[in-house]
Amino acid sequence: MAEAIITMQDLNKWYGQFHVLRHINLDVARGERIVICGPSGSGKSTLIRCINRLEEHQQGTLVVNGTELTNNLKNIETIRRDVGMVFQHFNLFPHLTVLENLTLGPVWVLKQPRAEAEATAMKYLERVRIPEQANKYPGQLSGGQQQRVAIARSLCMNPKIMLFDEPTSALDPEMVKEVLDVMVNLATESGMTMLCVTHEMGFARKVANRVIFMDRGEIIEENTPDQFFDNPQNPRTQLFLSQILH
Amino acid sequence: MRSTDMTSPPSPIPGSDTPPIKRRSAWRWAREGLFSSPLNILLTVLSVWLILYSLPAIIDWAFLSANFTASTAQECREVTGACWAFIREKHRLILFGLYPYDEQWRPLLVAVILTGTLVISAIPRFWRRSLALVWVVSLTASGVLMWGGVLGLTYVDNSRWGGLPLTLILSTFGIAFAFPLGVLLALGRRSKLPAIRTICTVYIELIRGVPLISLLFMSSVMLPLFLPVGFSIDKLLRAQIAIIMFAAAYVAETVRGGLQAIPKGQIEGAESIGLSYWQQMRMIVLPQALKIVIPPLVGIFISLFKDTSLVVIIGIFDLTQAAKAALSDAAWRGFGVEVYVFISIIYFIYCYSMSKYSQALERRLSTGHHR
Repeated sequence: MAEAIITMQDLNKWYGQFHVLRHINLDVARGERIVICGPSGSGKSTLIRCINRLEEHQQGTLVVNGTELTNNLKNIETIRRDVGMVFQHFNLFPHLTVLENLTLGPVWVLKQPRAEAEATAMKYLERVRIPEQANKYPGQLSGGQQQRVAIARSLCMNPKIMLFDEPTSALDPEMVKEVLDVMVNLATESGMTMLCVTHEMGFARKVANRVIFMDRGEIIEENTPDQFFDNPQNPRTQLFLSQILH
Repeated sequence: MRSTDMTSPPSPIPGSDTPPIKRRSAWRWAREGLFSSPLNILLTVLSVWLILYSLPAIIDWAFLSANFTASTAQECREVTGACWAFIREKHRLILFGLYPYDEQWRPLLVAVILTGTLVISAIPRFWRRSLALVWVVSLTASGVLMWGGVLGLTYVDNSRWGGLPLTLILSTFGIAFAFPLGVLLALGRRSKLPAIRTICTVYIELIRGVPLISLLFMSSVMLPLFLPVGFSIDKLLRAQIAIIMFAAAYVAETVRGGLQAIPKGQIEGAESIGLSYWQQMRMIVLPQALKIVIPPLVGIFISLFKDTSLVVIIGIFDLTQAAKAALSDAAWRGFGVEVYVFISIIYFIYCYSMSKYSQALERRLSTGHHR
């Protein structure tokens, strides 16, 4: 296996008494693309949100790009600079234009000059195919367009790892494809390390190196997409796949 | 990749139908607005009756039978209408209190400067860094003009200040300091750090639990007891601090309401691109939260403006107190209505402008995400 960019060792987390992550061990290689799936409440979102400290793990070690995640604010800052995230509900800033959404991080966190940040932003808007929307507000865009802006916003920070937390599940059906197209494009062209929580099995087959199945806070099964979908080993995986694939 | 355009909001297609134009005829307006139901008809008739009944009397009192020119109170008593001559006679006392008569151009200028600064600050075109400089200059100029003692101006102790400039000073400084303090308190009350959260919560609840009058009393009577001998803070400054502390607690609770309305996703979005706590607050959370609370916030500022009249109880000579002083002249007794109508109009002009401005600001700041 190539050099690991993310290492999780015996990661545990509780919400109150509820044990949401149980003894997670996971290594992610640089450039690897992982799809995480599992039933609702299985802890898959919580798992990837631990990687940029939107959630705090309580036990175990988590090393991202050579920096261990602890309560040390400097470390958290360093890691967030390397990790981009795309959310289910986009989380764009409604009071700022698309271009301002994109340049905020580069200007204030990376201290880029505004002109340079805007040029980069336009480059990524072209890459997600909506440069003409640069001066609109997020509320004026469709869901699919907003999610593409959100992807561009993360890319503007030039991250080494991208996290996707159910990026298509809040979208109307006809908009899912345009977002997946952008994600496939990102996966195949940039060689970005990607962790994606999704139930889009076509996407998983097309781009994932590995599919991870989680249930009740544990990683139950992991395999290549073809093996995972065609020949699932664990009965719970089989049940889940039969339910989502009808 | 034209297919993505399918997802953009539909644009008007040439030749497509336009929505029907609503005709706004007076008859239609009356039918829909005034006579749409039996209850509405009743209310309309009642209102018209009330207006017809009271308006002529008010016009008669205020204008037709009023005396604008009388030089003595006796002349005024002979008419049945308002005695505006009394205002004419006493307007300088009402507006400027006990400020030395010959120097009253100074408070007048201060009132103009402060009002002008507030108006300029309200216009988006002037929202740039140099505005801070304008504030420093105009507040300094106000201080110099009121106190004097330099530039050949005679010194006027602030116990002689009064009237409109004093009301403006108390409320301008009150708003200018209570607002940032209130925002900090609101953030503090939601802080993850228990010490800061407790301090802010206790402060807010304590202040909101007592009337402004008791705060003013405490600041003027009790505070000096705690200060070392020979050390004193000016009475006006103490009242000013009490007003700021009082308003800040209310601002804090209002702003907290706005903060709670911001979805958690906004903070997560900001965290995911690496913004620090203060950057998140300044650029993401507060702009949205404050926009939501503009109406109640302006409500607080309007109350603050009017509540400055409570300083009379610790012997500070604001607009209402000056009006009372004008009434106490033995030669001109009995024109209370005129005086209070006069200062009410002054208060109303300022408060109504603030209210109108907040509506305009809300419209300007809407960015179409509340579709």
